[in-house]
Amino acid sequence: MSLELFFQYLVAGITYGAVYAVVAVGFNIIYNSTGIINFAQGEFVMLGGMIAISLVQWLPLAWAIAAAVALTMLIGALMELCCIRWLRQPSILQMLIITIGISILLREGALHIWGEGIRSLPYFYGDAITAWTFGPVRLSPQVVWVLLACGCMVAALHLFFNRSTLGREMRACAVNRTAAALCGIKTRNMVTLSFVLSAGMGALAGCMISPITYTQYDSGAALALKGFTAAILGGLGNSMAAVAAGLLLGILEAFSITLVPLAFQDAVAVSLLLLILFIKPHGLFGSSAVARLKAF
Amino acid sequence: MVGQMRTSQAKLGLLVAAVVLVQFFTSITGTEYYLTQLTMAAYYGLVVIGLCALMGYAGQISIGHAGFFAIGGYISALLTTYDLTPFAASPVVGLLKQAGLLFTWENLYGESLLTCAPWTAGLAAITVAALVALVLGVPVLKLRGHYLAMATLGFGTIIYRMVLALPAFGEADGISQVPGFVLLPAGLLSPGAIMITGESNLRIFNYYVAWTVLLLGLLLLLNLMTRSRSGRALRALHGSEEAAEACGVDTSRAKLQVFVLSAVYAALAGVLLTHFNEGIGPEEATVMKSVRYVALVAVGGMTSLWGALIMGVGLSFLSLRGVFGSYDDAVFGLILLAVMLFAPGGLLQLSNRIPWRRLWPATRHRQS
Amino acid sequence: MLELHKVHKHFGGLQAVDNVSFTVATGCIKGVIGPNGAGKSTLFNLIACNTPLSSGSIRLNGREIQGLKAYQTAALGIARTFQNIKLFSGMKVLECVMVGAHTRGRAGFLAGMLPLPKHRREEAAIRDKSMACLEFLNIADLAHSPTDALAFGQQRAVELARALAADPQLLLLDEPAAGLNIYETAELGRLITTIREQNITVLLVEHDMSLVMDICDEIVVLSSGRKLAEDSPTNIQRNPEVIAAYLGEDHEPAR
Repeated sequence: MSLELFFQYLVAGITYGAVYAVVAVGFNIIYNSTGIINFAQGEFVMLGGMIAISLVQWLPLAWAIAAAVALTMLIGALMELCCIRWLRQPSILQMLIITIGISILLREGALHIWGEGIRSLPYFYGDAITAWTFGPVRLSPQVVWVLLACGCMVAALHLFFNRSTLGREMRACAVNRTAAALCGIKTRNMVTLSFVLSAGMGALAGCMISPITYTQYDSGAALALKGFTAAILGGLGNSMAAVAAGLLLGILEAFSITLVPLAFQDAVAVSLLLLILFIKPHGLFGSSAVARLKAF
Repeated sequence: MVGQMRTSQAKLGLLVAAVVLVQFFTSITGTEYYLTQLTMAAYYGLVVIGLCALMGYAGQISIGHAGFFAIGGYISALLTTYDLTPFAASPVVGLLKQAGLLFTWENLYGESLLTCAPWTAGLAAITVAALVALVLGVPVLKLRGHYLAMATLGFGTIIYRMVLALPAFGEADGISQVPGFVLLPAGLLSPGAIMITGESNLRIFNYYVAWTVLLLGLLLLLNLMTRSRSGRALRALHGSEEAAEACGVDTSRAKLQVFVLSAVYAALAGVLLTHFNEGIGPEEATVMKSVRYVALVAVGGMTSLWGALIMGVGLSFLSLRGVFGSYDDAVFGLILLAVMLFAPGGLLQLSNRIPWRRLWPATRHRQS
Repeated sequence: MLELHKVHKHFGGLQAVDNVSFTVATGCIKGVIGPNGAGKSTLFNLIACNTPLSSGSIRLNGREIQGLKAYQTAALGIARTFQNIKLFSGMKVLECVMVGAHTRGRAGFLAGMLPLPKHRREEAAIRDKSMACLEFLNIADLAHSPTDALAFGQQRAVELARALAADPQLLLLDEPAAGLNIYETAELGRLITTIREQNITVLLVEHDMSLVMDICDEIVVLSSGRKLAEDSPTNIQRNPEVIAAYLGEDHEPAR
């Protein structure tokens, strides 16, 4: 493999990996506050991209993206308010199935609104062939955008959970909901907030990646599976590990093209998921004891 | 418990009567084409009741059952369409032929093919599905809740990718021109062969075959779940694994057994439906199909084999008739959501709360 | 019949059970007491094979049970109840008790699907046995109620019935009196003595002093994972070390 090809795969891997990381962090935020896996996580990414693509016809790009993120956050909030909030002691199975139901409805809704066609946002800077060259590395400006956006989101989230009162309250809820409620924290609002946050993050990532990967009504499902793989790789609930795991997964997947046919690329991530689940369900970076300590 | 037995016998009688009545009705009104979808729906119902045993009774979720269905269907289809004529001279093929495992038939173009006999192919397919379930089940069933759901989802995805990507499985086209599943060779009872096939002259017969298979499947599961030690152990581990262990139940073994059983049900349905449809395509292996089976179990009330059967057949029939149009998947998503939000006990449970239900002798309540 | 020899269990750096040895003779009622965190529940879980030993050995009738799975000990004749009651939700009381008799049956998975006469007879025997256990505990009228609809005391009784249905040699009771009032506790005490008369050895962990002192033949006192004393109830009450460690300075020896 030539050096140029190597870097091309590496950059592609990191780009995809960044999106997987954001989806994985989204999984973790909701998992930590509710204990459920939100199967509709991938749909947030799809919705962000789709809404922005529609709005960009009337609005400047930046505004379209902002509006798309806001709308997706609203959908996330509605999802929690309508379907999760008022359940009394729902079983894991029940909540799992509810989020599966929502993901199907969002996907089918998208199908009926936007059709089966593949769409994409315009490149934020330049076009598909614009590239900055650094020695053997060719970098598309859009890749820089994706990495910047995902990096900023993760950093902002880290600050939010560690420095702000609201973030600390959310962490308190994750560790012990009853105790948090007794301290006067409105735990239910924290759950809503967690849906809003992860919907917003997913939507933003969806906008950033759209010029590169395109957006289709059903592109959420594969993202959800890979985001979940990253979340599991990092140990469910541990967001910083999930970021590392997401990047790792993206890179592995990119390089897998040299070994397996393209049609099996999805199967690579899934096999990895199964392997991890069988061998080390608590994640690469965690032990079973650590896995119980939820950390954002 | 004697009461319980009597109730389920009465229900079974009602169901058999309904099956026969529907057939008469369609014959009289000349709407026999409904039977085709009812036959297909019955096979889907078989998957659903198998999954119900796993989900509702043993409490283990699977979002990968379309994978087992596809293993059954695809392997049977592959073995019965793969022409062995070029290898006819080889001793292995000769031996298989002598053992009666192969058969010769003519396809639509009048070409003569030497392939595995449907019996052999079907058994092989089901065995493979059972083995896959066994191998997958050992690690997977150690997982709980989300992990289990995701692992089975991952399994389903891999199967889908495989049938879509492997040329042997026809890629996006699937496998077509699958021969009928011969139950009785020609000349034994009737001049033509009696087989599971989509041919319209055998429509009524196939309708009864499918329903017999479904009802037998139901009967076996009912026996297991309500009247046997193993079934009781399964329901117990759903309630509390630790307490079940303390009672001497080998919980991992019990979970594995029911997982394999439900995979066999799905694979059997896959085999029979593939021969009935004379083909199978990748859409049978999608994750959405698996989710749909879960939805049907949920809407039937999770812990109700009867509910799973009625809802499984009923909704599959409507879907096959195209009642939901382009909203087909959305309808199943909505069903999942609505049932879990408003009627976690299933739709049939909901009807128990409706006042008119009291007019009907409520056997359920009387015996308790 | 049950021998514990130098049993150790540590979780990470914490010595939960430290060098505990004692024996339980056939047909006796033995109590394990100790302050909170003394390692009583851990000890129980070790005997029931829910957690593996760190070192030492536990023998039942001379047979080493360390390394067995929990369900295998049930087959050897150990039955148990749980501190926080674990009934099988979604089942009827009788069915729940019939699960207790699981080890008494042999019918396998496939046999369960085909009700052959042999297995029907086996089922009938299990049902009769379970019904007898319910009758013994005076809760036969609950047989067809769902387990989720029972009062607390009834749940305890059903759990006990489930353990008895296994026809155990050794019955492990984990705080059977927790949550019961004085009358119910006294009734429970009578019940346990009757159970012993059926040739069942009883080992119980209990907080309720009156119950332990009344019915136990021998008492083991644990403190911080170590065995502090092992003696008859009357001697235990006089043991100054026990009084200091367990009953506390400001408690008079019980009655």
